[in-house]
Amino acid sequence: MIPLSEFREGERGIITKLNGSGTFRKRLQEMGFIRGSEVFVEKYAPLRDPIELVIKGYHVSLRVEEAAQIMMEKLEQEQK
Amino acid sequence: MKKEAITIALTGNPNSGKTTIFNNLTGTRQHVGNWPGVTVEKKVGTVIHNGHRLRVVDLPGTYSLTAYSIEEIVARRFLVDSKPDVVVDIVDASNLERNLYLATQLIEMGVKLILALNMADVAQARGHQIDADRLATLLGVPVVFTIGTKNQGMKELLDKVLEVVEDRDTVSRHIHISYGHELEKEIKKIQDVIWRDTSIGERFSTRWLAVKLLENDAAVQERVKSLGEIGKEIVAQAEASRARLGEFYKDDAEMVLIDQRYGFIGGALKEVLKVSGQTKFDLSRQVDLVLTNRILGFPVFIFFIWAMFQATFTLGAYPMEWIDAGVSLLGAFVTGLLPTGLLQDLLVNGIIAGVGSVIIFLPNILILFFCIALFEDTGYLARAAFIMDRVMHVIGLHGKAFIPLLMGFGCNVPAIMATRTLESERDRLLSILINPLISCSARLPVYILLAGTFFGASAGNVIFSIYALGIALAISMGKLFSVTLFRGDIAPFVMELPPYRAPTLKSLLIHMWDRSQIFLRKMSGVILVGSILVWVLGSFPRSPDLHRGQAVERGVTSAAQERVLTVTESQQPVSPAVTENNLKNSDPDNEMARLESSFLGQLGHLIQPIFAPLGFDWRTSVAVLTGFVAKEIVVSTLGVLYAAGADVNEESEALRRSLRTSGITPLGAYALMAFVLIYIPCLATVAVIRRETNSWKWTGFSISYSVVLAWVVSFLIYQGGKVLGLG
Repeated sequence: MIPLSEFREGERGIITKLNGSGTFRKRLQEMGFIRGSEVFVEKYAPLRDPIELVIKGYHVSLRVEEAAQIMMEKLEQEQK
Repeated sequence: MKKEAITIALTGNPNSGKTTIFNNLTGTRQHVGNWPGVTVEKKVGTVIHNGHRLRVVDLPGTYSLTAYSIEEIVARRFLVDSKPDVVVDIVDASNLERNLYLATQLIEMGVKLILALNMADVAQARGHQIDADRLATLLGVPVVFTIGTKNQGMKELLDKVLEVVEDRDTVSRHIHISYGHELEKEIKKIQDVIWRDTSIGERFSTRWLAVKLLENDAAVQERVKSLGEIGKEIVAQAEASRARLGEFYKDDAEMVLIDQRYGFIGGALKEVLKVSGQTKFDLSRQVDLVLTNRILGFPVFIFFIWAMFQATFTLGAYPMEWIDAGVSLLGAFVTGLLPTGLLQDLLVNGIIAGVGSVIIFLPNILILFFCIALFEDTGYLARAAFIMDRVMHVIGLHGKAFIPLLMGFGCNVPAIMATRTLESERDRLLSILINPLISCSARLPVYILLAGTFFGASAGNVIFSIYALGIALAISMGKLFSVTLFRGDIAPFVMELPPYRAPTLKSLLIHMWDRSQIFLRKMSGVILVGSILVWVLGSFPRSPDLHRGQAVERGVTSAAQERVLTVTESQQPVSPAVTENNLKNSDPDNEMARLESSFLGQLGHLIQPIFAPLGFDWRTSVAVLTGFVAKEIVVSTLGVLYAAGADVNEESEALRRSLRTSGITPLGAYALMAFVLIYIPCLATVAVIRRETNSWKWTGFSISYSVVLAWVVSFLIYQGGKVLGLG
């Protein structure tokens, strides 16, 4: 398990666990960050924070410190 | 025609196109206000359909209905307490999974619900095939397709509304989202306690109450506790159930509930949604390759902001001139119409000039809000927030707060109105509080006058340092407030980046019109009163014999008096340019004496001791007082008081000469500039702060903290400078 904040652009993974306070976790979950969901790291902002992610078919941004609370299982890069 | 109006509540996720549908339905028949006690915008409109009068209430866009944000609380309170006849949930059809989460909560509340699958065209273009009938059956909710941007599906939606209200539709039924054996067992236990008091079930869905209590929802807990003995028993049962579930799932019950809801949605979508073919060309993604690019992102952003400013202040300057000319014409017309006297003076110099000085901002506001609506509706605002967030986070603010702050350089009034684009109330308040520290364009004439007079060639650097001081103070105050006043509830930056969309002109115009209407209606009231007040203070007591008026003052101010006399003697009287607004005050000496003996002048003397440590004399004190109305007035007041006549501007040589000989030192001038920078910019700003915070408390706080801060900073500059031997 590695935190989402350590993912690089173009990498994808599966959420295994959410850390952090209750309200924060609840918010993330309601936005679709639930265990087993796939997350794709679209890009980092020009100042390396926040991160743009694709989850459940929509784009969303999270601060790096928040992404650090999301534990992930990395998926292998698709071969193109 | 039915007598009673039917109330429709519109709910939906942000970016689901809810506002567009609201605008389509109600057109210009809408009223914008605030929800009671909060700064959240409330929009209500009416539409007549098949002879029925439908009242449409646009609830704040939310992702959920927990008591997480003020918007969610407002939306939920309306649904629970006002019991709308039908709730229309606007769903982004191209993003069903997340959008249906809100629908599951609405279903649970037991409201009469209709799903509007909006942006059906986008969904189709993406290869999403939705089996609407199957979805309707699974959810027990009628489903209608709409395309808000093309105004399609509105009739069908309204037909369905009437069907549901009159219980004619065949789909609606109450379904239960099954949470699995363990949770259901506990829900049942709580419900059993609730049912002991049958009256509760008549008002709320008992299942909803039970689920909310399991979620540890503070607002619902409060409500239930207030029911008395039975309420306490219910809450006690809920506590016990939560504890048991927590042990069983090794997680909080609310997290499990969310998981289960998404599980339910996922199950439904498997049956309902088919995504055919590969997602081909994603235009939004391509556009973002440039707009949020690591290297290009900032330059492009700066260019857009620059263009917005150019449009606002360069383009806006033309209509501003017309308005200015119109106000002058009106003033002249009234002057000609009425005999010289009190009434004429009140109308021309008090009301017309005062209100005119605010109306003049209207073109700026129109253009600025057109641009902002454009940023918002296209989806660019979210990108701007995305690239600026790192910077704004330093002062504890959301990336979106950057635009209102930047706009402050133009004018704080629309800037503070623009804080409405911020989602959390905390961010809005914080942005409103620090916004006046951003030096608006109205303060520039004061700097030009003072810096030009006292700093000669280095005036440019001095003015720049004042702007920098403003920015530094905004940052430090932002930081200070966010760790003191607004501690603890920093919202996570979970911000959707919606696909880019072409905005509809109708939406843009309505957006712009809303803002302007608010501005005109609310501003003019406060401004009117304020202008009259300042006029009264400046015009009374009216002494026919000016010298007697001065004699009364002499005791207090003999020193200042003498200085005035030396100044007036040492300079050539300026040929008085007779303007429409200034017919009777053509003699600068008289005007100065009159002002000194007025309440305003007396007030200046009265408060002068407070300002003495800052190096201000009574005249500067009066100028600072009148500057409360608008900062430009500081220049004209100084003009009157330093005996150059009221018709001066910041470039006036006569005024500069008399200022230089007045005993003000460069250090004192700098302290004055700092003071003008920091204390509340103008009456219009106060009015807009009151309007946007919806609270006199915050308005009062904003005024007092800025005045105190202004005093402290000026004091440090003046006294510190003296210690360092600069003055």
